[in-house]
Amino acid sequence: MSHKVLLDYGSGGRASHRLIRDLFLKHLHSPGLSRLDDAALIQDLSGPLAMSTDTFTIYPLFFPGGDIGSLAVHGTVNDVAMLGAVPKYLSCAFLLEEGLEMHELEKIVRSMALAANNCGVQVITGDTKVVPRGAADRIFINTTGIGRVIADPAPSGSSAEPGDAVLISGTMGDHGLAVLAHRQGMDFETAIISDSRPLNDLTVQLIREVGQIHVFRDPTRGGLATTLNEIALQSALEIIILEDRIPVSQEVQAGCSFLGLDPLYMANEGKFICILPEILADKALKVMRSHTAGKDAALIGHVQEGHRGRVVLRTSLGGQRLLDMLEGEQLPRIC
Amino acid sequence: MNLINEFKDPALCRHILEQIQAEARTPFRVMEVCGTHTVAIFQSGIKSLLPENLTHISGPGCPVCVTSDQEVGAFLNLAGKNLLLATFGDLMRVPGPGGHSLKAAQAEGARIQVVYSAFDALQLALSNPRDKVVFLAVGFETTAPTVAATLKIAREQSVSNFFVLSMHKLVPPALAALAADRDIQVNGLLLPGHVSAIIGVEPYSFLSREFNISGVITGFEPLDMLQSILILLRLSKQKQPKVVNNYKRVVADQGNPRALAVMQEVFIPGDALWRGLGNIPVSGLKLRKEYNQFDAWQVFDPKAPDIQMPPGCKCGQVLKGQILPHECPLFRVGCTPASPVGPCMVSTEGSCAAFFKYSL
Ligand code: SF4
Repeated sequence: MSHKVLLDYGSGGRASHRLIRDLFLKHLHSPGLSRLDDAALIQDLSGPLAMSTDTFTIYPLFFPGGDIGSLAVHGTVNDVAMLGAVPKYLSCAFLLEEGLEMHELEKIVRSMALAANNCGVQVITGDTKVVPRGAADRIFINTTGIGRVIADPAPSGSSAEPGDAVLISGTMGDHGLAVLAHRQGMDFETAIISDSRPLNDLTVQLIREVGQIHVFRDPTRGGLATTLNEIALQSALEIIILEDRIPVSQEVQAGCSFLGLDPLYMANEGKFICILPEILADKALKVMRSHTAGKDAALIGHVQEGHRGRVVLRTSLGGQRLLDMLEGEQLPRIC
Repeated sequence: MNLINEFKDPALCRHILEQIQAEARTPFRVMEVCGTHTVAIFQSGIKSLLPENLTHISGPGCPVCVTSDQEVGAFLNLAGKNLLLATFGDLMRVPGPGGHSLKAAQAEGARIQVVYSAFDALQLALSNPRDKVVFLAVGFETTAPTVAATLKIAREQSVSNFFVLSMHKLVPPALAALAADRDIQVNGLLLPGHVSAIIGVEPYSFLSREFNISGVITGFEPLDMLQSILILLRLSKQKQPKVVNNYKRVVADQGNPRALAVMQEVFIPGDALWRGLGNIPVSGLKLRKEYNQFDAWQVFDPKAPDIQMPPGCKCGQVLKGQILPHECPLFRVGCTPASPVGPCMVSTEGSCAAFFKYSL
């Protein structure tokens, strides 16, 4: 194979077949994918199913703690998991820019295979398109995931109830700051590493051992603040959050304060919010803290009737303020 | 010892707050003139804890907000000239004539790149040798030295495709204009920590000497801001106006001589137009003539049309502290961060945006 991705590889001809066989099948092999049919046959999923799709573009493609490949797997697996499901199968579509280095593509596919393996999911169907130079930025990946829902009822952003406790599975802001710092070539004393990781193992455990999960949500883009606002709006309730309970690592705290950024708006790729009745909070925390995905889990607030669709932050000083959604991207300060 | 945590300590802060409560017997108006202070006061919740007698006003402290309509018109004009513009993200959505903005210009095909520093912009010029790269330089004494240093490098390396549109402004002359304005009632000023780290204490001394107003150079942690407010209250009670450096761990009394030197080497003070405050003598920075070839004003002569702000926008009065953001009839009604009418709602450090984002 050429050491760069050529337009031919997306042609559907021999070149495409070589790419599929020598790269995708080599790493992502699964009984479904190996059949090489036009569609994947799923015979072992029934009952309520959860399905989610997401397209991944990120610069830089490789960052401390992950790359676009692992992110594309974790992202979709986690979204399926947030519906109280056991993610099982993935589809995966690549949009490649002509000229992409083959070794980079291979590194990404290998990382996807490893991530899928860690999540316990199989890639069973896929697609590759190559577009002329300049028509895309190196590589875009779309993944769709499907799995069986085991929570009854399935958790939903609109199911929070007054009196519920709001739990978070770990520190906030790691992914967003890691990518930003890496992109800008900033060196902090201690490396800041993305938290990209699968969450399905822990969410399934919570459903089985604690139950009554009203909401699962992963605070990805827009961070904790944005996701809480979405939940408050969907559930038409007020959420009160205690600032000093929110776990933020010292490195992220320092990095954000240096750049004038707020960790509560920074993306996370390996954390989730869990909202459930207050009396189950301790039990849920125990389960979370004894799992690697939730070792820094904390109870950060509660849900109440109050002003609908609003999130209020009680600051460490005892003050109160709105914790609003951001209008656009968060920008480093200039003053 | 973790310095950051020390200055966030809730118990210490509450202790100072109690003292503030005890001191603030009569109405007292304190103004900060730094976007980072604006955000920090809201973000920490201090705003919600101040006694009723104490009014906090955000003055002209956000570089984007004080950028005049003429300057906005000028850089939008540059966006139509087949140049590669490099800008801080905050300028992208600032509305200009007819609601036009850099963001809209970008959608229409203008080439605009968001950068985090002037140096990034120079890098952009070096990696795109066939493009003319113009850096839109807004900011106070904090950003000006890095822009100056970047220009020095560009000159030393004879970079011929890098230009700077200087819209830099200086804080002390604006404070002088505010202090001299009889319509503006301010009892004390929180002076900007970052700016002061560059210029030091002396440039503020006229405040107490000529205008009987106290000013305290202040850091950005909750304890910093609360302590400074308390100092202002006490100075006012003693009727002994003074300029105090309460951010000694960062601000040396003489400032940063090296930064000042490079700034003076590249820039020369000149008149500048401020939104809300109008023309203030020697309150801006222009490129010295040795740097003419880098001066986007000279090279491209962007028309700075005499334009009017959208009717109803009260940014000017907000910046002078004459009204609070929610007293503007457009606040939240016609003007929101999603569709801003004035720059104070655009910039993340703008007072209207902060009010919108944090007020319960
Ligand atoms: S609310 Fe909008 S229109 Fe009113 S002063 Fe603020 S920015 Fe200007």
